Amino acid sequence: MDFSENQPIYQQISDHICNQILDKKWTPDDRIPSVREIAVAMEVNPNTAMRAFQILQEKGILVNKRGVGHFIADDAYETVLELKRIEFIETDVPAFIKSMKRLGYSLSDIKDLA
Amino acid sequence: MVTIENLSFSFTKYEKLFDGLSMKLETGYIYGLFGMNGAGKTTLLNHISGLLFPDEGSCLISGIPSRSRLPETLQQLFFLPEQFDLPAISADMYTKIHAPFYPQFDESRFREILAEFVVDPKKKLPELSYGQRKKFLIAFALASNAKLLLMDEPTNGLDIPSKSQFRKIMAASDLTDRCVVISTHQVRDLDALIDHVTVLNNGKIIFQRDIESISNTLGFEKIADDDNRFTLYSEDIFGGKAAIMPKSLTKKETQIDLELLFNAVINESDSINSQFETE
Repeated sequence: MDFSENQPIYQQISDHICNQILDKKWTPDDRIPSVREIAVAMEVNPNTAMRAFQILQEKGILVNKRGVGHFIADDAYETVLELKRIEFIETDVPAFIKSMKRLGYSLSDIKDLA
Repeated sequence: MVTIENLSFSFTKYEKLFDGLSMKLETGYIYGLFGMNGAGKTTLLNHISGLLFPDEGSCLISGIPSRSRLPETLQQLFFLPEQFDLPAISADMYTKIHAPFYPQFDESRFREILAEFVVDPKKKLPELSYGQRKKFLIAFALASNAKLLLMDEPTNGLDIPSKSQFRKIMAASDLTDRCVVISTHQVRDLDALIDHVTVLNNGKIIFQRDIESISNTLGFEKIADDDNRFTLYSEDIFGGKAAIMPKSLTKKETQIDLELLFNAVINESDSINSQFETE
């Protein structure tokens, strides 16, 4: 993963975690890498990694067991799916449609590719 | 941790380098200290470490003036200068002599960092390259466990893998009880590491904010020329403008462009700072 997207680093970290959940690589009760491990792997300030964890905790995606670590919440998959679906409709689809129109395609042209 | 109040200082009779400079640094954070060439970044670090004394005002470390150079202050402080001379002894011998000044010195962490940086502690220090000597000092600085760590251009002279190792080592360090100040021009090397942006210009600190409040207040976007949204600062780039605008005008939080922010603060510090006051 690189930082090329115009997105704050803490969001890139939280997106990465969400994608692991959507791909079912991380499932409920799994202990995920620690804040420090993620900070080191991504070469970022530990406070930045901490912020990503805190936000996911507030959304009920992660559970913090004090002294043990962060775990995937029971209904994390459903929560992430709902959040990411909204994001997809609000952000990805309009960008896609804009490109589609610019290139002179209609939805029916694209339909067969899906 | 560090409290500077109303500090004035000049090297010559006619020109004040610092004129009523005030700043506060707390534990738990990595501060990025930025300024143009000659703005006085190194001089400021020299004041904090007690190497220079203010003409007026004060510079306190945990309440004690740094100019007093008390042992209890100095054993909690490590200054990694940009230019340094090391004696003609091995890294091992250097450590044997200097580590006792730092009661919290962590010998095993020191070995670990040297190994990561591939620096041989048996070799005499002047036989090492500049980058190698710098890495030796970085390892010593971090292993000292000093609560206040001042680093002047730490990534200068480091090769490509060493820069990444440096970031990993910094990311792994426990900041809970520690305050790190990194002065640098190498914004791209370190922008993901710092969590406070401090800008020194014309003898004063003209901007000091944490990354979270910056990304909550300002939006950074590359916009088309015909985009007529209000901008606080912009620079022409190929195909449009790199712009800073109030965050309310961008749809979501954006990644901070430190170079653009620095230029904006130097040129338009009032309009940038006013955004934070209206919160």
